[in-house]
Amino acid sequence: MIGGLFIYNHKGEVLISRVYRDDIGRNAVDAFRVNVIHARQQVRSPVTNIARTSFFHVKRSNIWLAAVTKQNVNAAMVFEFLYKMCDVMTAYFGKISEENIKNNFVLIYELLDEILDFGYPQNSETGALKTFITQQGIKSQTKEEQSQITSQVTGQIGWRREGIKYRRNELFLDVLESVNLLMSPQGQVLSAHVSGRVVMKSYLSGMPECKFGMNDKIVIDKQGKGGTTDDAGKSELGGSSGKQSIAIDDCTFHQCVRLSKFDSERSISFIPPDGEYELMRYRTTKDIILPFRVIPLVREVGRTKLEVKVVIKSNFKPSLLAQKIEVRIPTPLNTSGVQVICMKGKAKYKASENAIVWKIKRMAGMKESQISAEIELLPTNDKKKWARPPISMNFEVPFAPSGLKVRYLKVFEPKLNYSDHDVIKWVRYIGRSGIYETRC
Amino acid sequence: MPAVSKGDGMRGLAVFISDIRNCKSKEAEIKRINKELANIRSKFKGDKALDGYSKKKYVCKLLFIFLLGHDIDFGHMEAVNLLSSNKYTEKQIGYLFISVLVNSNSDLIRLINNAIKNDLSSRNPTYMNLALHCIANVGSREMAEAFASEVPRILVAGDTMDSVKQSAALCLLRLNRTCPDLVPMGEWTSRVVHLLNDQHLGVVTAATSLISTLAQKNPDDFKTSVSLAVARLSRIVTSASTDLQDYTYYFVAAPWLSVKLLRLLQCYPPPEDGAIRGRLTECLETILNKAQEPPKSKKVQHSNAKNAVLFEAISLIIHHDSEPTLLVRACNQLGQFLQHRETNLRYLALESMCTLASSEFSHEAVKTHIETVINSLKTERDVSVRQRAVDLLYAMCDRSNAKQIVTEMLSYLETADYSIREEIVLKVAILAEKYAVDYTWYVDTILNLIRIAGDYVSEEVWYRVIQIVINRDDVQGYAAKTVFEALQAPACHENLVKVGGYILGEFGNLIAGDPRSSPLVQFHLLHSKFHLCSVPTRALLLSAYVKFINLFPEVKGTIQEVLRSDSQLRNADVELQQRAVEYLRLSCIATTDILATVLEEMPPFPERESSILAKLKKKKGSGTVSDIEDSRKERNVNANANVNGSSDHTITNTSAKPPPSFACDLLATAPPPTNRPRPIPSSSMLHTPLTPLSPKAYTPQPVTPTVPFYQVTSSPSSDLLGLGNSSAVNSASPPTSSHAASLLVDVFSESLPVAALGSASAHVIEENFSRFVCKNNGVLFESQLLQIGLKSEFRQNLGRMYIFYGNKTSTQFLNFSSSVVCPEPLSSQLNIHMKAADPVLDGGAQLQQILNIECISDFVEAPVLNIQFRYGGSTQNISVRLPVTLNKFFQPTEMTSQDFFQRWKQLSAPQQEVQKIFKAKHSMDTEITKAKIIGFGTALLDGVDPNPSNFVGAGVIHTKTIQVGCLLRLEPNTQAQMYRLTLRTSRESVTQRLSNLLSDQF
Repeated sequence: MIGGLFIYNHKGEVLISRVYRDDIGRNAVDAFRVNVIHARQQVRSPVTNIARTSFFHVKRSNIWLAAVTKQNVNAAMVFEFLYKMCDVMTAYFGKISEENIKNNFVLIYELLDEILDFGYPQNSETGALKTFITQQGIKSQTKEEQSQITSQVTGQIGWRREGIKYRRNELFLDVLESVNLLMSPQGQVLSAHVSGRVVMKSYLSGMPECKFGMNDKIVIDKQGKGGTTDDAGKSELGGSSGKQSIAIDDCTFHQCVRLSKFDSERSISFIPPDGEYELMRYRTTKDIILPFRVIPLVREVGRTKLEVKVVIKSNFKPSLLAQKIEVRIPTPLNTSGVQVICMKGKAKYKASENAIVWKIKRMAGMKESQISAEIELLPTNDKKKWARPPISMNFEVPFAPSGLKVRYLKVFEPKLNYSDHDVIKWVRYIGRSGIYETRC
Repeated sequence: MPAVSKGDGMRGLAVFISDIRNCKSKEAEIKRINKELANIRSKFKGDKALDGYSKKKYVCKLLFIFLLGHDIDFGHMEAVNLLSSNKYTEKQIGYLFISVLVNSNSDLIRLINNAIKNDLSSRNPTYMNLALHCIANVGSREMAEAFASEVPRILVAGDTMDSVKQSAALCLLRLNRTCPDLVPMGEWTSRVVHLLNDQHLGVVTAATSLISTLAQKNPDDFKTSVSLAVARLSRIVTSASTDLQDYTYYFVAAPWLSVKLLRLLQCYPPPEDGAIRGRLTECLETILNKAQEPPKSKKVQHSNAKNAVLFEAISLIIHHDSEPTLLVRACNQLGQFLQHRETNLRYLALESMCTLASSEFSHEAVKTHIETVINSLKTERDVSVRQRAVDLLYAMCDRSNAKQIVTEMLSYLETADYSIREEIVLKVAILAEKYAVDYTWYVDTILNLIRIAGDYVSEEVWYRVIQIVINRDDVQGYAAKTVFEALQAPACHENLVKVGGYILGEFGNLIAGDPRSSPLVQFHLLHSKFHLCSVPTRALLLSAYVKFINLFPEVKGTIQEVLRSDSQLRNADVELQQRAVEYLRLSCIATTDILATVLEEMPPFPERESSILAKLKKKKGSGTVSDIEDSRKERNVNANANVNGSSDHTITNTSAKPPPSFACDLLATAPPPTNRPRPIPSSSMLHTPLTPLSPKAYTPQPVTPTVPFYQVTSSPSSDLLGLGNSSAVNSASPPTSSHAASLLVDVFSESLPVAALGSASAHVIEENFSRFVCKNNGVLFESQLLQIGLKSEFRQNLGRMYIFYGNKTSTQFLNFSSSVVCPEPLSSQLNIHMKAADPVLDGGAQLQQILNIECISDFVEAPVLNIQFRYGGSTQNISVRLPVTLNKFFQPTEMTSQDFFQRWKQLSAPQQEVQKIFKAKHSMDTEITKAKIIGFGTALLDGVDPNPSNFVGAGVIHTKTIQVGCLLRLEPNTQAQMYRLTLRTSRESVTQRLSNLLSDQF
């Protein structure tokens, strides 16, 4: 289990130090600073073992969060916890920065006491936490309120309290995906996968029971065969275009989802927490729609000149618009001057990053755009050849590259008098680039 | 001038550096550097010519980036261009960049070398200096190749400036260090020596460093430097402190130069020329005198410089080791430092004293400081100083103060630092052994050592205790008593248990008389530790138990009970299990006399170099201790000889006569190549006492059905195995119940094929007779009823023989009687007295009979032992020839080659010599043959015969009436498998008899 948790600023000064177990001494703090933050070689591994002590760290801008343990813990659990903690902190005081951490350090210690007990992660649901860890002075709570908090936190449904009321019952559903790609210069896909999240924001009264449906291949096939027509073809939320079903490689759910039901019927039913939360996470590797295709052309003219031409093609419905497109073309280390010509957007040679950065604000589907650059090189006595790092790309598209579709999200609240039809539902798809690279 | 002010500033560089320092994160730093690099690249692109200033600035930036840890792969060309600039700062930055960054890169090196050459040939001393510094800083092979001839020329040229000379000397030193092969020794060498006379002290200092290094390689070429150095030194030492201006450091005249000169002098022996020698002695005395003067300054630099010179002078005195007065004065000076406030001084004083202690002149003087050193051991705060104090105590130890020093070291050991404990343990063990006057003290010391620092006592140390106790019968009783007492402590270290187990197993009988340490008490004491010990120790303890069975038959039952318990018989560890099983069977089956011989006391160990000393040397590497050891060794030879010879035991002559070794004996009794199954040569086994745990090699082996039980030494096992198999062919061997048992039955119940089973057999059995010619103990006869074992000892013309009769059956032998018959001529030549034996011999029991033998004159025949008893209604008669042969009355005689041949010639009468040529019956192994000749009773003379493969022996046969000298020579011919034996004695009959006896043995 986690023995201690430290937060450092970029200089390696300790901002927050919370030790949960005796086997972590003070020297662990310094060991991490010396061996990771101030390491001569940049440390890339998120897990570092120093003197039989394991350090798991994540970095948020200039802030290092490190969980320390001497035991053989489940690393995935530790990282899950660290991410959750980042979420909680963001929910409480916004961006994680040195300033914010210093201003809220009492709050952070309070939170750390609550979400980690003797190194074991506890309830880290922001909604629940906010009911009893507040930043304002607490009004003297009545006995009932106090007992309500206790019963909620310790009860079966720890993530939602009773008696929530909204005038407008509303829910927002975001399907956020990031698409990762590695492509050969000839256009062959070497590896591609999509990792996605379904994020939900719910403002519903009472204790509603929700049921979520998507075009999961197993469900669709089963229905096709079984002929149970109760939900088939309804798909009231999503569009009906594209593929019929997708194969999900693996998925994880928020604790509110009834896993037993998912295991037996593969239906996702839950009582949602109030506010924003992540309903599920999934990953797909088959039949991915690649929104962009990058075609590189690099030609070395003698030892002192390099000609680069890059074409990008958008590969989705013309009616959709991709945004925030950025193509990063690496340049050799001995570049001494760059001339760029591009049809669309803006391109610039950034010496500090050793790359040409080409930015396009918007681009519709089924279009094509190109950039050409002349790079002047300084002759060096280094015999090493340029390694030609891949061209990478960033973008945002308004559809799910995995092909996932939300088929329905039904809300039942038997006690209160509103029905599924009274709930206002919003669905949004956002596809972003993860590591989207093409070799040149 | 704008250019100059610009050159001083280099604002761009300052801005860049401050930018880097202000970067918040590593990433930001990398970004800033990338940006700067791109900027420099675009500047270096070559479109427009850069002025010297910007070039210098950018090269500086590149240098800074490189020093931050980033790779730089351009800018070299610009740096080389800077070399040809006329501005000092630009040239300097160029050289700096090159000495930091340029590796042996082909095309650039040529350009750089050109630039350096230009600068060297310029008349400008600053440029020359820069060039020389660059050569020295790079110091690569290429540089050496290019400039190895150039630099010496500059060094000895008459018109070179002093500062350049200085640089040139140091540059040459550097080149000489990297590639000594490339620096040619030429006519300049003699002129370099004369630089010691240079006016400029800086040049002299640099030259002294160079000469010291060169002189270490070719001392002869620089011999002349000694007188110059002495002259220079005396000028410095005698000068008033103000004379040397710049080179006076806190009122000490040229301390660095003095130290270097003193070091240079340490390359050579004391000067032979009396005048120079006198002058040097005077210098050293002056330095020692100055140390006594009150300090001229309170500053620490003053005393540091003064002491540096002083310590170097003392090491020169120690190096020369020729002036007793100086050595004693140095020692007294160091004695003062021993109590100095400065930790460093105390450390240095102790270290120097260590070397002083090995000088014969100052050893006594060093010894006077023993109290101070012991005190510093106790009170010193710094561990490294304490370590030095231990070293010094070790170095100054001799017979007179050994007890005190060992006691102090032991008491220090209790609080010593963990890092040096093992070393102290080794040192204590060595000192205790080396200077032990009485060995009770030694035993006490080592046991104390184990008690105090058991964990740090390595195996060698406790092996050594056991070796010494075994080799010295005068301490055995005391050792047993002390060990017994030590073991009574509730918690003792495992090493103590090992020593205790071994010693009580061997010599427990010596203290068994005391009711407080009765056998049972001893056993229970040992066994109470058993369960806390590791496997090897347990194995040792098991062997000790089985030895107890031999020593004290009364505890046999208890021990068998222990061996029989499941925790032993079914132990998961094979070694323990095997031992338990085999010891148990051995104790059940074997008769007491067999047990007595199998489990006999260990023979003395051969004297060899102390394993502890070897270990200490190994631990220290080629460090100081081994040096001390070497230098002291000579002086200690006498002491050692005394130690070894102090008790009149056999150790001193063991070198001449090694004790019978395990391997030899087994091979010696290997069966002759006959097809008839031979009886097991149990005699050989009997001769080799069971080793509880061989101190040298402990190799646990897995249980295999036919592996004999004393596996501890590995080589003989295969031989025994072979024999065991051959006997197993004999169908007479009874059915076997378990592996171990079968083996033992094979070993012990194997009867002589001819041995009488039924009624009387009258003829005399001589089966094993010849086997006893070269040895004294073993089994003489064995049948299914009876086993006769022998143990005999002879001194001069007297002998005593113990005969053990073992009843192998379960029923009594009645009317048991035995008598010795001497045929006619023999009865007058040999006197034999025998005590009457007990008429009843119980089943499984053993009977001992003692025979006293006196040799009147030389004899040929051997007496016969007649035994008569009733077994199961029938009378058994057994006659065995007793192995009393003439050669038993040999006394070995050592003589030199000259003596031998002189006597050989004296015995040249034809009747005095017998020569025999015969075929070898056994394999012709040198070691076995040697062992046999020694067993035959003569001394084996090494290096007498010009042919090393021949064996030469000499001895005197003592009889009551006459003494017969005997010389023998055995010449093996391995190709023909033949021997030629030549014997010469003063009596014909003796010659004949000995020749017959001996020729049968090979």
